[in-house]
Amino acid sequence: MEQTYAIELKNITKRFGKIVANDGINLKVKRGEILSLLGENGSGKTTLMNMISGIYFPDEGHILVDGKAVSIRSPKDSFDLGIGMIHQHFKLIDVMTAAENIILGLKGNAVLDMKKVHKDIQELVDRYGFDLDPAQKVYTMSVSQKQTVEIVKMLYRGANILILDEPTAVLTPQEVDKLFEVLRNMRDDGRAIIIITHKLNEVLELSDRVAILRKGKYIGTLQTSEATVESLTEMMVGEKVSLDINRPMPHDLKKRLTINNITCTNEDGLHVLENVSFEAFGGEVLGVAGISGSGQKELLEAIAGLTKLSSGSVIFHSPEGEDIDLAKYDAAQINELGVRHSFVPEDRLGMGLVGSMGMTGNMLLRSFRKGKGFFTSLKAPKELAEKIKEDLDVVTPDIDYPVRRLSGGNVQKILVGREIASSPAVLLVAYPVRGLDINSSYMIYNLLNKQKERGVSVVCVAEDLDMLLEFCDRIMVLCDGKVTGIVDARKTTKEEVGRLMTSHKEEQ
Amino acid sequence: MDNTVKEPLIHLSKREDMSFGKKWLVRIIAILLSLIVCAGFIFIIIKMNPVEVYEGIVEGAVGTGRRFWVTARDALTLLCVAVAVTPAFKMKFWNIGAEGQILMGCVASAAMMIYAGNALPTGLLLVLMFVCSFIAGGIWGIIPAFFKARWNTNETLFTLMLNYVAMQVVTFCIVYWENPAGSNSVGIINAPTRAGWLPQLFGLDYGWNLAIVLLLTVLMFIYMKRTKHGYEIAVVGESENTARYAGINVGKVIVRTVGISGGIAGIAGFILVSGSSHTISTSTAGGRGFTAIIVAWLAKFNVWAMAVIAFLLVFMQQGAIQIATQYNLNENASEVITGIILFFVIGCEFFINYKLEFRKKHSA
Repeated sequence: MEQTYAIELKNITKRFGKIVANDGINLKVKRGEILSLLGENGSGKTTLMNMISGIYFPDEGHILVDGKAVSIRSPKDSFDLGIGMIHQHFKLIDVMTAAENIILGLKGNAVLDMKKVHKDIQELVDRYGFDLDPAQKVYTMSVSQKQTVEIVKMLYRGANILILDEPTAVLTPQEVDKLFEVLRNMRDDGRAIIIITHKLNEVLELSDRVAILRKGKYIGTLQTSEATVESLTEMMVGEKVSLDINRPMPHDLKKRLTINNITCTNEDGLHVLENVSFEAFGGEVLGVAGISGSGQKELLEAIAGLTKLSSGSVIFHSPEGEDIDLAKYDAAQINELGVRHSFVPEDRLGMGLVGSMGMTGNMLLRSFRKGKGFFTSLKAPKELAEKIKEDLDVVTPDIDYPVRRLSGGNVQKILVGREIASSPAVLLVAYPVRGLDINSSYMIYNLLNKQKERGVSVVCVAEDLDMLLEFCDRIMVLCDGKVTGIVDARKTTKEEVGRLMTSHKEEQ
Repeated sequence: MDNTVKEPLIHLSKREDMSFGKKWLVRIIAILLSLIVCAGFIFIIIKMNPVEVYEGIVEGAVGTGRRFWVTARDALTLLCVAVAVTPAFKMKFWNIGAEGQILMGCVASAAMMIYAGNALPTGLLLVLMFVCSFIAGGIWGIIPAFFKARWNTNETLFTLMLNYVAMQVVTFCIVYWENPAGSNSVGIINAPTRAGWLPQLFGLDYGWNLAIVLLLTVLMFIYMKRTKHGYEIAVVGESENTARYAGINVGKVIVRTVGISGGIAGIAGFILVSGSSHTISTSTAGGRGFTAIIVAWLAKFNVWAMAVIAFLLVFMQQGAIQIATQYNLNENASEVITGIILFFVIGCEFFINYKLEFRKKHSA
């Protein structure tokens, strides 16, 4: 007897220009099953799911829901078929309550019976063990609560097939455990669940089966019980890659930065950084951990001179033995003082690079003021662009090809390459390997390690705890703009860092 | 649930880069198609021979030496304004106030002609007019730029409203400079002495217009491509965050760039007053401040493409006037023709960037 699947994809292909995002993908999910869709960034996971949820239309292939061929032309079609997608970025209205957000856009009766809505929602919440108050306003919620609202919204609307796009990216370890528990409850209730992820441990912990994509191609589906970290990695990247990141012991430490009690306020008058103090040394990598939005961005921008501080000082101890308080200057003045610090920001194309320009134009960004006179000189940036293209294996048709059209890994190589080229004394990097495939990631780690060995003080903000624990020498943890601890990365555990990241909750 | 097994009939997909030759082939086909559609329009609605009408357009635009030079003069002025708006738009500063900036340049030029026209030697007078109209247009640009840089006001509304202020300034000046009294116009300024009129150059009536505009065009090309200022403009236009990151003072760049943009629009005003109309009225700018925006965008800010497009647009305008008189046609008829041609020219860019995929016959 042939089994019917909740959803089945047959030979799905999607192209964007000359790029084949999905090439003949086959995928099956049963009811009462959690399927992980695993693949590196750019392997086509999100594109595939977007076709199921009606955002894109496949160029070739068929989608079957409950054994019947369907055509999903819009998100509404997808909805009518009982498919619900939870995106990485939530689409909620802040000033409304959870319940109001959940019923938003539904037809319903002429008279709105909020009591019944609350009751129905409460029923769902109890059934699966969510933690949600239907009457709570969204703007008072944490990220994990907002995610809960999105999931309940889909269930309330009768979704039987749930797709979650990297649901754990914004959660703390404790919140992840909770989410997994809820997902298991939903599975046991007979719903089909697909989670998109690139975190192997989550795949092994949560899912029943795992499907792997690599570079837009379907590689295979495994029973999770038969899979191991090594076998999954191998399928994902195509060749066996050691998971160890090389970490040289720091030596010859020299104090480079002393941050004294800095406080920084945002537009709403809230403290995004509060009395932060620490020291950073040349020759080591200082990791900065924290849930996103805990003040990491402001911290780096404050050191780079891009954010005004309310109070405190940022003392730069130059290799020549001078002490300069960077808080007194803006970015241009710091540049003129000859303070050699480089910054790889989080928003690569929106801040670190100019997307419409080629490599040459982007090399110019840091150096265009150099040289007297009115005209820019393209000779040096051109040479630098060629050198970076050569040294870092940047794949681009031409050094004047707009960097916006290059892949994420190449964009990051260009950005890091440029920032290192100025031989900095302090190197600030934010999420250096976010969105990169494994090979590009290792290249970036190696580049940063080389800087460390040269005696540069590297300050690295990241979200991936595994990476921070394996790559950094010390880890400073931020929570709500405050430092909750600085630990030795070689001795600490993931649990300890996770606890520090959420320690504000324990204070209450 | 009604979910039939049908793909949509047509769906779009993005094209990879087209080759240079193919792009121009698409554009040429678009123009030919537009001419055919226009011919249909002429034949069916106006009931005339399309070929004759086309001949009339060419005749009107470049049929005689005089007509050719009028077309060239107007195209040059339009090009000058398009060059003026380029740096502002490249910076994503939506300057729709070129009209007012032109008028302020006109006022400055006319004022110099009237008050200093017979007191200064010709060369010095012209240089002063040039400089003053640049400053006047520049100030009209710097005002909204300063407010944008300082308080982040909306430049679109601000520049638009300043157009009306500029028109009021001109109205006020006309009352002041009325000549002859009671005519409610300024009349031809310095008609007897021709003081402050751009003289002939190389024996051409509009030689100076040509020289000034071409020089400005070349300078703008170099300014945008090769200078530190041009680089800063490109970065600010792409992302203010990137500019901040690179230590560029965004406010300063905005004020400086829009000042230059307004200044060049002011020079277009100088060319209009001194080099062609020799008078001033509220309609001297004649909508060029807006048309120039179309020219600049169509050309994707490439100054050489702007020259071609400016010439084409003026060519059609002049041709329109000719067929309106020659065949006793309503002038709107020719505007329809221009509209059809523009529709095809702009529309073909869609086919350069996207391709349509039709439903395949076999649907399972």
